[in-house]
Amino acid sequence: MSTVTRADPATPAGSAHAALRERRPLGDRSFQILALACGLLVLVILVLIAVSTSSQASSWFSAEGFKVFTNNWNPAANQFGALAFIYGTAITAVIALIMAVPVSIGIALLLTEVVPYRWSRPIVYVIDLLAVVPSVVWGLWGIIVFAPWIQHIYTSIASGVKGIPVLDSLFGAPTSGASFFTAGIILAFMITPIVTSLSREVMATVPQIEREGAYALGATRWEMIRGAVWPHSQGGVVGAVLLGLGRAMGETIAVALVIGSSATITSHLFAPGYNMAAVIANQFGEATGEFRAALMGIGVLLFAFTIIINVIARWVVERSARKKRGA
Amino acid sequence: MAVVAEQQQLDLREPKGWRRTSNRIVTWLMVLAFVVVVVPLGFVLVTTVVKGASIISWQFLTSSIPPNVAPADIGGMGPAIVGTIEITALATIMAVPLGILGAIYLNEYGGKNWLAALIGFFSDVMTGVPSIIMGLFIFTIWVLHFGFSGFAGALALGCLMLPIVIRSTYEMLRLVPNALREGSYALGATKARVTMTVVLPAALGGIVSGAMLAVARAVGETAPLLFTILIVTTVNKNPFSGANTSLPSQIFVNANSPFVGAQARGWGAALTLIVIAFVLMVVARFITARFSRFSR
Repeated sequence: MSTVTRADPATPAGSAHAALRERRPLGDRSFQILALACGLLVLVILVLIAVSTSSQASSWFSAEGFKVFTNNWNPAANQFGALAFIYGTAITAVIALIMAVPVSIGIALLLTEVVPYRWSRPIVYVIDLLAVVPSVVWGLWGIIVFAPWIQHIYTSIASGVKGIPVLDSLFGAPTSGASFFTAGIILAFMITPIVTSLSREVMATVPQIEREGAYALGATRWEMIRGAVWPHSQGGVVGAVLLGLGRAMGETIAVALVIGSSATITSHLFAPGYNMAAVIANQFGEATGEFRAALMGIGVLLFAFTIIINVIARWVVERSARKKRGA
Repeated sequence: MAVVAEQQQLDLREPKGWRRTSNRIVTWLMVLAFVVVVVPLGFVLVTTVVKGASIISWQFLTSSIPPNVAPADIGGMGPAIVGTIEITALATIMAVPLGILGAIYLNEYGGKNWLAALIGFFSDVMTGVPSIIMGLFIFTIWVLHFGFSGFAGALALGCLMLPIVIRSTYEMLRLVPNALREGSYALGATKARVTMTVVLPAALGGIVSGAMLAVARAVGETAPLLFTILIVTTVNKNPFSGANTSLPSQIFVNANSPFVGAQARGWGAALTLIVIAFVLMVVARFITARFSRFSR
C-alpha cells in the first residue's frame, strides 16, 4: 500500500506538504483507490484464470500424470492423451509463421522505406481491414470456398512428389481440403496484421540520420535496409514474430472449421489434423466428467504456452525499445 | 595527369549490375508481399458481400432462426443480431470504464513505480491470451454456478476487451501535455478533479476511438461465447438469464452444416457482422482524425 499513499509529484514540496496531504478530500483518495483496483483487476483476472481452470482440470492431470503427453485420444475409452493436439498446434503455428513473417516484414519495409506517406495510409487501412475480418468469417470462407479449391492443388502436388523421399512424406497423399496446411494458411492471414504493425512501429524508430548516412556512402535502398534498418529493428521484429506465434497458437474458430478434426500425428501436412484450441471448441459442448476435465486441461496447457511466449515476446520488445532509447 | 583525375571522379549515377538488380528484386518482392495479402482479402470480402447481399432483407434481419435444413429464403438471423447487440453492449459497459480507470492508474498515479510497470506488462500479455481460454474461464467461475446467459458471454468478451482498452487509453493519456495538468493543479484542483475534468476530456477522442476498436474486435469473437451463451433460435430479450445466441456463434454452426440454406444464412450473418465491425472501425478512424487534439 506504500505505493498508494506515496506523495505525487504535483503535491507542493516544503513545510505545507504534510498539511496539504492531510486535507486531501475523501473523494480524491477514493478515486485513486478505485483506479488502483481497476489496474489490479488485470493481475486478478490472470491469476483467477490460472487457478480456476487448473482446479477444474486437476482430475485429468492427477489421473493421467505424464500420460497427458501421450498420443492416445479416445474419449469413448476414457483415454485422454493430448500429444496429437500439441503437435497440431505446433505444426500449424510453424506453417503460419513461415508464410506470414516474410510477407509481414516485406509489407512493413514497403510502408516505412519505399512508399511516400500519402500512399502508406491506404495500405495501413487495408492491413487493418484484414484484422477486422472476424475469425469465424475466415473459417466460413476457408471451409466453403478455399478448402475445396486448394484441394485440387494439394492433389496435384501430392502426385508430383510421389516417390521423392522427404517431399513425399511431407506433401504426399493422403490429401484433404481441410488440413494442417489449410489451417496454417488461414492463420497466416490472421497474424499478418499484428506482425506487420509491430514491425512497422519498430522500423519507424530507426533514426533518419542512419538511413541518410547509408545513402551518403552510396548504398542502394536494399543495402541501406540491411545496413541501417535491419540491425536497429532486429530485436523488435523478433518480438513481433513471437507475438504472432502466440496468436497463431491461440486462434480458435477459424482453425476449428478448416483443420479437419482428426486427432492424428502425421508428417503429411495435407492430411486432416487437430489442434488444442480447435478440440476444445468442437468437443467441450458435449463433454462431461473426465472428458471435460481433459479438455479443460488442454486449455490450461494452451494458456501456459501462450503466456510464456507472450511474456518472452513483450520482454524482447521492451528490451529492444530500451536499448534504442539508450543509444 | 588530367586523364587520371577524370577517371577518379565519383560516379554518382545509379549503381549498375547485381547491386541495382538486387535492389529492384527486393522492392518488387515487397510489393508482391502486399499483393499476396490483398488478393485473398479481396476474395473473402467479395465472396461475403456477393453471397451475403443476395439473402439479406428486412425479413432476414428480423425473423427467428429456422432449422438448418430450411431453404435459404426461410427465416433469418433476428435473434442473433439482438443477442450480439445485447452481449457486446454489456461487455462494453463493463470493460470500457474499468479499462479507462486502469489506464488512469498506470499513467496518472503509477508513473514509473514497479506495480504500474507490472500491471502494464501483464496487461499487454493479457491481450495475447487466447479468446477460448476466456470462455473456459467464465464457464468455470460463472456458468457452472449461475447457468448460461448473455451476461456470461459479456463477461468473457469484457475480459478480452479490458487489456485492449487499457493499452489504447494509456497511449492517449501519455500524449496529454503536462502543462495542462500543472495549470489545473495551480488553480488548486485535486488530482481526481484534474484527471476527470482536464486530462480525460483532452484525450477523449483517442480514448473513444480505442474503445471502438476494442468493440470491433470483440463483436466478431466466437470462441468466448461457445460455452457461455450456447445457441437459441428465438429472441431472448433478457441477457441476464437463459441461453442466448450471437451472429458469430450462428456463423460457426452454419459453417459446419452441410445444408445449402444454412450456409446461405451463414453468409448473410457474416456480411452483417463484417458491416458492423467495419462501421465501428471507420467511425473510430473518423473520431481519431477529427477529434484527437494531440498526436504522436
